[in-house]
Amino acid sequence: MSKLTDLTIAEARDGLGDGKFSSVELTDVHIKAVEAARDLNAFVTETLDLAIERAKASDERRAKGKPAGGMDGIPIAVKDLFCTEGVLTTASSHILDGFIPPYESTVSQNLRDAGSVMLGKTNMDEFAMGSANVTSFYGAVKNPWYVNDGKDRVPGGSSGGSAAAVAANISLGAAGSDTGGSIRQPASFCGVVGMKPTYGRCSRWGMVAFASSLDQAGPLTRTVRDAAIMLQAMAGHDSKDSTSSTEPVPNFEASITGEIKGLKIGIPSEYRIDGMSSEIEGLWSQGVEMLKDAGAEPLEVSLPHTKYALPTYYIVAPAEASSNLARYDGVRYGLRVDAETLDEMYETTRGEGFGQEVRRRIMIGAYVLSAGYYDAYYVKAQKLRTLILKDFSDAFKKVDAILTPTTPFAAFAIGEKMDDPVQMYINDVFTVPSSLAGLPAITVPAGLSNEGLPLGLHLITKPFDEETLFCVADVLEKLVSFHTKPSYLSKDAR
Amino acid sequence: MTYLIQGRTNDWEVVIGLEVHAQIISDAKLFSGAATSFGAEPNSQVSLVDAGMPGMLPVINEFCIQQAVRTGLGLDAKINLHSVFERKNYFYPDLPQGYQISQYLHPIVGEGTVRLDMPDGTREIGVERLHMEQDAGKSIHDQDPNRTFIDLNRSGVALMEIVSKPDLRSPEEAGAYLRKLRAIVQYLGTCDGNMEQGSLRCDANVSVRPSDSDELRTRAEIKNINSIRFVMQAIEYEAERQVDVYETGGSVVQETRLYDSDRGETRSMRSKEDAHDYRYFPDPDLLPIDLTPEYVEEIEKNLPELPDAKKVRFISEYGVTESDAGILVAEQETANYFEEVALGRDAKLAANWVIHELFGVLNKVGKGISDSPIVADKLGNLVDLISNNVISSRIAKDVFEEMVAKGKDPGVIVEEKGLKQITDAGEIEIAVNNVIADNADQVKKFREGNQKVVGWFVGQVMKKTQGKANPQMVNELLLEKLKG
Repeated sequence: MSKLTDLTIAEARDGLGDGKFSSVELTDVHIKAVEAARDLNAFVTETLDLAIERAKASDERRAKGKPAGGMDGIPIAVKDLFCTEGVLTTASSHILDGFIPPYESTVSQNLRDAGSVMLGKTNMDEFAMGSANVTSFYGAVKNPWYVNDGKDRVPGGSSGGSAAAVAANISLGAAGSDTGGSIRQPASFCGVVGMKPTYGRCSRWGMVAFASSLDQAGPLTRTVRDAAIMLQAMAGHDSKDSTSSTEPVPNFEASITGEIKGLKIGIPSEYRIDGMSSEIEGLWSQGVEMLKDAGAEPLEVSLPHTKYALPTYYIVAPAEASSNLARYDGVRYGLRVDAETLDEMYETTRGEGFGQEVRRRIMIGAYVLSAGYYDAYYVKAQKLRTLILKDFSDAFKKVDAILTPTTPFAAFAIGEKMDDPVQMYINDVFTVPSSLAGLPAITVPAGLSNEGLPLGLHLITKPFDEETLFCVADVLEKLVSFHTKPSYLSKDAR
Repeated sequence: MTYLIQGRTNDWEVVIGLEVHAQIISDAKLFSGAATSFGAEPNSQVSLVDAGMPGMLPVINEFCIQQAVRTGLGLDAKINLHSVFERKNYFYPDLPQGYQISQYLHPIVGEGTVRLDMPDGTREIGVERLHMEQDAGKSIHDQDPNRTFIDLNRSGVALMEIVSKPDLRSPEEAGAYLRKLRAIVQYLGTCDGNMEQGSLRCDANVSVRPSDSDELRTRAEIKNINSIRFVMQAIEYEAERQVDVYETGGSVVQETRLYDSDRGETRSMRSKEDAHDYRYFPDPDLLPIDLTPEYVEEIEKNLPELPDAKKVRFISEYGVTESDAGILVAEQETANYFEEVALGRDAKLAANWVIHELFGVLNKVGKGISDSPIVADKLGNLVDLISNNVISSRIAKDVFEEMVAKGKDPGVIVEEKGLKQITDAGEIEIAVNNVIADNADQVKKFREGNQKVVGWFVGQVMKKTQGKANPQMVNELLLEKLKG
């Protein structure tokens, strides 16, 4: 048997089911892995005692022949964006200092109900605003992948801690959230699978809000099958979230059939952006060829409004964020920096409590919503969002899935791309359009850059067609056969 | 009866528009399941949503939508099948989310009408719109010298903001509009109309203009006035203030003012320059409200009879005067009380007793009709006793007083006190004969042509019968005997 930390969720599920090991044993090795990997800074809060407690409860359920659900006894990590009952929840922001929610988010509750064991709350970009996990109040996360140039790489963001934890074999899976690419981009940077379901699949209740019309929870795992298993546990209608979908949740794992013959795969010409590196271009072509060999039919499609996606996103998301973050005012919970007057208290609390990137986006958001600018920015962005959605609807009349690169480049060194926010925003150029359109999408590790860092390929399908998404992604995963492990895992040899 | 302010240079007309915040009658808040009862312990009716906790989401209370549609229909207004909740962003400690969820560009109810019965005829006042929004919490400044406390019980409570067109022209019309609006929402059961408890609050937009002009001049908004009387006083003061400003060469600035009821004056709160930019945008946590015509029709079918219709029916069905009908329908409970008294009886007599005698007593003891010391059924019995000549109107007043004091049935009082009217001609004749025999001088006066003494004779006979003799029979018998 391989090391327990090397297992996939599916393998661990089978091992637990067959009684090869207990959840306490499985959890214990992961706790040791968490402790051993603290230099990655993947967690804001470790919940190791709680994990043992939940692992014991899982073993007891299993002993009685009543496992809770598909993830009973499986150790996972949860992004610090999900409110967790009795456990510090910070969204990696200073302003949520000491905030211990008396409630559990629907997604983390669903994961608990499915029997999973939470190891801790993972580090992230502050309020999920960032693509490198460098905006966290709790410090940058290191990518477990590195090359021998002495520089630590970013894990991507905002779910950087979640991606690093899964890649470094600290947890079998992790819950993340994706607003413009916050699951998929870090998964790609860390060489793992990251999946964003259709907007409305997972409840947003209890998830610290960034941009309400875009935020969507999803899994980061080591395989496509694991993502299907984990999403099954997370998804479902929730009457506490008005935007939660009532679409029935299919059996996602059952959609992995290995059969994609005759499926039409769209290749959007507009994603061949200026300055795209040849390695990304090569990886993409390779992906197309592989799917073709498996019997799928590649087709050029046009998504003409793609170039407006990033500007649109950087109006819509900050606008919503500026309002969503107004509640952090020092009055009821979290940080309060006292001052002479009420207005000064607001200013000092929010000035000290929010980091630079969050303050920047609040300013942008307030600006685009303000009198005299609303029509020019917010209203126009909403119109463009409609056009972007229409691009996809038109394309999906012809194809079953769309294949694109996940990111325009591989993980960069911590400290790079910090001078110009626009350079940072370009990280999400391929993931933002499907976020704006609310579509399900997944990244699958597909190869290495010339430097030796992981790169991902990205698939998008119609709303609520996660089944096709998982099916094609699984086939791609098997064809790519990406088995390189992050350098960090051989650090004992280092 | 145009209301004009006489200035030094010319006469000025007042232009008034009212914004009324009416708390929707609903057990739960607009976007959470927390309770809404008045006077609860501070912060005892607050859900995680109302407190603006991280990750909490609003979910619309469908009953409140129904209540808003009902109110719109009661105002003869257009119901917008598509409406949208937006966020109104501003910072305040008793606004936990940092924004108020309200309707802005797409309110649930459009233009409607409120009809006022004024002394010089009916006035139709336009309603501009009605939209739903959530209330904020309450800041409490008087508990501690250095700190302000926050009570979030009201946070998230459902309100309807009903905005009139600038159609009102006098404090009296503004008062009549508020009373009518209150009656309508009370009839509909959509708001209890209680201004003291803040269930109904009013902002008044006031401007003045020369009486021969049609222009709309700069207005001042007087915020949060909590009684109809204060609304009228505030408008009167503000209009005169503005006239004075213009006549002394100044100009009125657009600003928010508050009414100080102790001093009877309005004061500036903040000017237009300090006004918030609320940065409205559609709330991404909520879907637009899309209603079907059938949904609206269903609510319309179940609307109660409203004051205007009831008034018309009271006039035609009960034959009461227009002014009495207006008084009787002003409050639903009064109308119901009256109908219970009037049904199958002399309705005009019933109206008289309700309006003159009962209201008199209620005013004296400071009670509403729902706490009336006399229930409708018993007042009905009293009307019966009068109509059936069991007691005279004169005696009825004594019985009524006894009813107020003891709450007894009038029949029982009449029995116990032996107040039954004497209608036995023989008994009355004896009394008449006695009085005539004892007062020969007066009889002489009559026979010399002085008709006035008849009244005096009647009084004497009534005295002898402790007021119980049937006055008409006394009259007839007296005349017969006096003429000899």
